[in-house]
Amino acid sequence: MAEPKALELVDLRHTFNEGTVNEVRALRGVDLVMEPGAFVVVLGFNGSGKSSLLNAVAGTLIPAHGKVLVHGEDVTHWPEHRRAGLVGRVFQDPLRGTAPRLTIAENLAVAAQRGRRWPDLRRALSRGKREALAARVHELGMGLEDRLDTPIGALSGGQRQALTLLMATSVSPRILLLDEHTAALDPKSAELVLGLTEEIVRKLKLTTLMVTHSMAQAVRLGDRVLMMHRGRVVRDYRGPRKRRLRAEELLDNFDELRNEDMMDESAAGMLERMYL
Amino acid sequence: MNLLVGALSMGLLLGLLALGVFVAFRILGTYDLTADGAFGVGAVVAAALLAKGLDPTTASIVGGLAGGAAGATTGLLHTRLKVDILLAGILVTTALYSIDLFVMHGGDIPLSGTKALPGTAERIWVGAGLPVDGVMLLDTRVSARNIATLIALIPAAGVPVLLLDRFFRTSLGLALRATGDNRTMARAVGVDVDAMFVLGLVAANGMVGLSGALFAQYQSFANIQMSFGNLVTGLGCVILGDALSRGAPLRGRILGVVLGTILFRLLVAGAITVGVGPNALKLMTAGFVLAVLVMPDLVRRFLAPRLEARAARG
Repeated sequence: MAEPKALELVDLRHTFNEGTVNEVRALRGVDLVMEPGAFVVVLGFNGSGKSSLLNAVAGTLIPAHGKVLVHGEDVTHWPEHRRAGLVGRVFQDPLRGTAPRLTIAENLAVAAQRGRRWPDLRRALSRGKREALAARVHELGMGLEDRLDTPIGALSGGQRQALTLLMATSVSPRILLLDEHTAALDPKSAELVLGLTEEIVRKLKLTTLMVTHSMAQAVRLGDRVLMMHRGRVVRDYRGPRKRRLRAEELLDNFDELRNEDMMDESAAGMLERMYL
Repeated sequence: MNLLVGALSMGLLLGLLALGVFVAFRILGTYDLTADGAFGVGAVVAAALLAKGLDPTTASIVGGLAGGAAGATTGLLHTRLKVDILLAGILVTTALYSIDLFVMHGGDIPLSGTKALPGTAERIWVGAGLPVDGVMLLDTRVSARNIATLIALIPAAGVPVLLLDRFFRTSLGLALRATGDNRTMARAVGVDVDAMFVLGLVAANGMVGLSGALFAQYQSFANIQMSFGNLVTGLGCVILGDALSRGAPLRGRILGVVLGTILFRLLVAGAITVGVGPNALKLMTAGFVLAVLVMPDLVRRFLAPRLEARAARG
């Protein structure tokens, strides 16, 4: 039998605040199949549905319709903490991915429990575990291995984000989700975290789904770029097409979408005037 | 000196109350109001068992379990039935009032003549051949009963404190602390945060219940009034503890809470010495907690700008 797909999304649909004036149709039928080891970048404006897509995979959003399969298993209705065994996640906000009052070592120790049903009553940080953690932190090249007992809240955003990346991948996940994970960092830290991301993804051969605003990142990373608009995938670049992709082309595409939008609205207004 | 020994004893046994409040408010980061109820039910259950002839260790542990059950109820009301945490704590405390009265058959439970802690400690002291008329400390006579009780309370409070400290170092304890510190992170790395929340409230109110059980034995009776005001007392002790252990790692903070409680009781003893009536104690405690809570803000808003202005004028 063929190896199951790393991720399958089948006709995901979701509407927020249905039936009210604030109704937002965040997902209007999204399908996606990712082979193991694939790296997909999702681009889109605010409100395009890209975050909802990511949340549906993470389990923070249970879609009203459709299915989420990870490694062939239907996880659509699994609670978030159970899904964490299969899905590693790095957030946009560096404050969200780490517990500030726990030390670096303690944060990593909690993350090392991922995928187990219930944490046990053994000491979380034995000498052996500490050394293993220190070795992993050393690989970040930030000198944090000497500060394992520092509360994480004392670190910079870039350092915290790098550690979150380590935590998300310490137990190798089936899917790594990156939610604009460099958007809140200064350019230097962003570059550092992006470099680490590439390195870790390559080394662990992780299947990665990344959401970003940045055209440059979409061009540089991944082997497939999806452009989302109004809850749908409207462009899909892969293979040689993706390799030839330039940021200018993506920008042009976005302008096009914007123009279509404006026309849509004026057309809708015209129809309204005619028929109501 | 007797006042000091009393303050130390009360500090130790109420240290468990304060640690319970510490776990709920500081570790779990939630406003759990079950403490009053858990304290009362721990006291009443332990007293009822002692009155039936049980030994103080078993009675105290069961009292602690009763407090833990109260915490579990609050936790489940909040996580499963989505009741607001403040309301859940108030509901459980209110319901426990009736349960306490059922257990007490409507009246107080006197503990003289039972195997309650002070009497048992005194018997062991005398049985070990130690002086029947107590000891001289700083030129005052401390009765055998008082000194033996203080010594007995050291392990009674110390063992739970050590267990708590150890627990926080286990994988489970770490998952619980992560839940209180950053729920989003905890969930994202696979921690069942609802289960951790309930577990945290069981641990917190278990200690509060144990504190109540020891308190009833210390004062030699259980009645319905002793539930009231314990949460605020515990909070006052936690605040003092925070001040004593600023910036310390968790073990230091746990120790700080116990020392804060002893300090709190010494302050109370001092207040009684200078003539403050026991009736005014709750008022003083509430005033103290309020003062400490609003002080930093008041200083920032009123005092600091004036000092700066004065400094600027030279």
